[in-house]
Amino acid sequence: MTNIKKLSTPLTFDQIKDLKAGDQVTITGVIYSARDAAHKNMVDALKENKPLPIDVEGQIIYYAGPTPAKPGKVIGSCGPTTSGRMDAFSPEMMEQGLKGMIGKGPRSKAVIDSMKKNGAVYFAAIGGAAALIADTIKKVDIVAYEELGPEAIRRMEVKDYPCIVAVDSEGNDLYQIGVEKYRVEV
Amino acid sequence: MREISAKLITRTVRDLCMQAACDLPEDVEALIAAGLEKEESQFGKYSLEKILKNVKLARIEHAPMCQDTGMTVVFVEVGQEARIVEGDLTEAINEGIRQGYEEGYLRKSVVKDPVFDRKNTGDNTPGVIHMKIVPGDRVKIEVLPKGAGSENMGAVKMCKPAEGVDGVKEFIINSITQAGGNPCPPVIVGVGIGGTMDKCTLLAKKALARKAGEPNPNPAYAEMEAELLERINKLGIGPQGFGGKVTALAVHIETYPTHIAMMPVCVTLNCHAARHKEAIL
Repeated sequence: MTNIKKLSTPLTFDQIKDLKAGDQVTITGVIYSARDAAHKNMVDALKENKPLPIDVEGQIIYYAGPTPAKPGKVIGSCGPTTSGRMDAFSPEMMEQGLKGMIGKGPRSKAVIDSMKKNGAVYFAAIGGAAALIADTIKKVDIVAYEELGPEAIRRMEVKDYPCIVAVDSEGNDLYQIGVEKYRVEV
Repeated sequence: MREISAKLITRTVRDLCMQAACDLPEDVEALIAAGLEKEESQFGKYSLEKILKNVKLARIEHAPMCQDTGMTVVFVEVGQEARIVEGDLTEAINEGIRQGYEEGYLRKSVVKDPVFDRKNTGDNTPGVIHMKIVPGDRVKIEVLPKGAGSENMGAVKMCKPAEGVDGVKEFIINSITQAGGNPCPPVIVGVGIGGTMDKCTLLAKKALARKAGEPNPNPAYAEMEAELLERINKLGIGPQGFGGKVTALAVHIETYPTHIAMMPVCVTLNCHAARHKEAIL
């Protein structure tokens, strides 16, 4: 893993096509945090034919809810949460143009199928490495659902946010490939 | 009767909450470091290196190692010769959680109703408080902030006695396989066997509070822990589920007598951020 691919947001078609499961990348630009409650609100809004509070076209959603910022800091600790809980919502977000997701842990077949169809990519960050990750987040603004507290949607400006391509736009899945490689039959 | 002020309980719980979030026990850190030596997968090594770097940074900066600072599980042992004065014990503990999560800039992650009104209580209360009356005049308080990523992957099975030890092992292994990369491996596996359904879940949670890697004093269970750890680490899940040899850091089994017709088993998982602090008053 010596060759780190540097990505900037919003993601382009060419950037996405170039990414393969297992690539180590850094992301610079704007990403949006949203997790359980924010996803439910957004999908409810779509059902009622209301606009989403953020334009997700070409964007990356980061499954995260930070700790409060200490004085003088822009954010507290802010690592990824378990992505599987967003599986029920992610295909609909990709239908709206979402191109990237950052979280931790494997995704469902339905999500991976939608990624292939919509040309999207899933990045994994290191769960529990939240203090380390926070240093890459340079500016934070709450842009929707402030009442949800840690679950509000935040616009984050990140610089060299480190992660790994876990599932690429062709559906190659590091969680499957990696585990098969190291499984020992007993 | 020895008197212990509820205010002291509050201050103690507050301090333990703040310390637990930022300062990983050294026994857990040592097992992660040992895991890095054993790991062969490049993504596994990458993950463990970042995790260890994060542990050190969190400790130095007094920053939470994980943004999920958990629902606060509190084990309290109250000596029967001790008397709590100047307030209500449960409220004193919850007030400690409230203050610790506010003053420590920890995330408030508790909603007031599980189904209908999932509104954040705003102060991480109430905690999940387990009290026990014990001999003596001391009060022991253990705080385990429990993150949801790993907690969601726990499982309970009311095994039939006829399933025997193999049935118990199979259920534990299957639970880890099902959990895969979700609970932030490498994990600590807490297992409770025996009692009733509720008792085995409590045993499993208590097992997580044991010094990481310390074997069960009963040699039969110690052997079972070692065998399970070896089998789990052959599943290939690896750090973060990216594939590798270090899926679990330790397996801790706690047991209790049970009914002639029962063999309840609970598996509860802790992520690598196996936070735990205690104090004796």
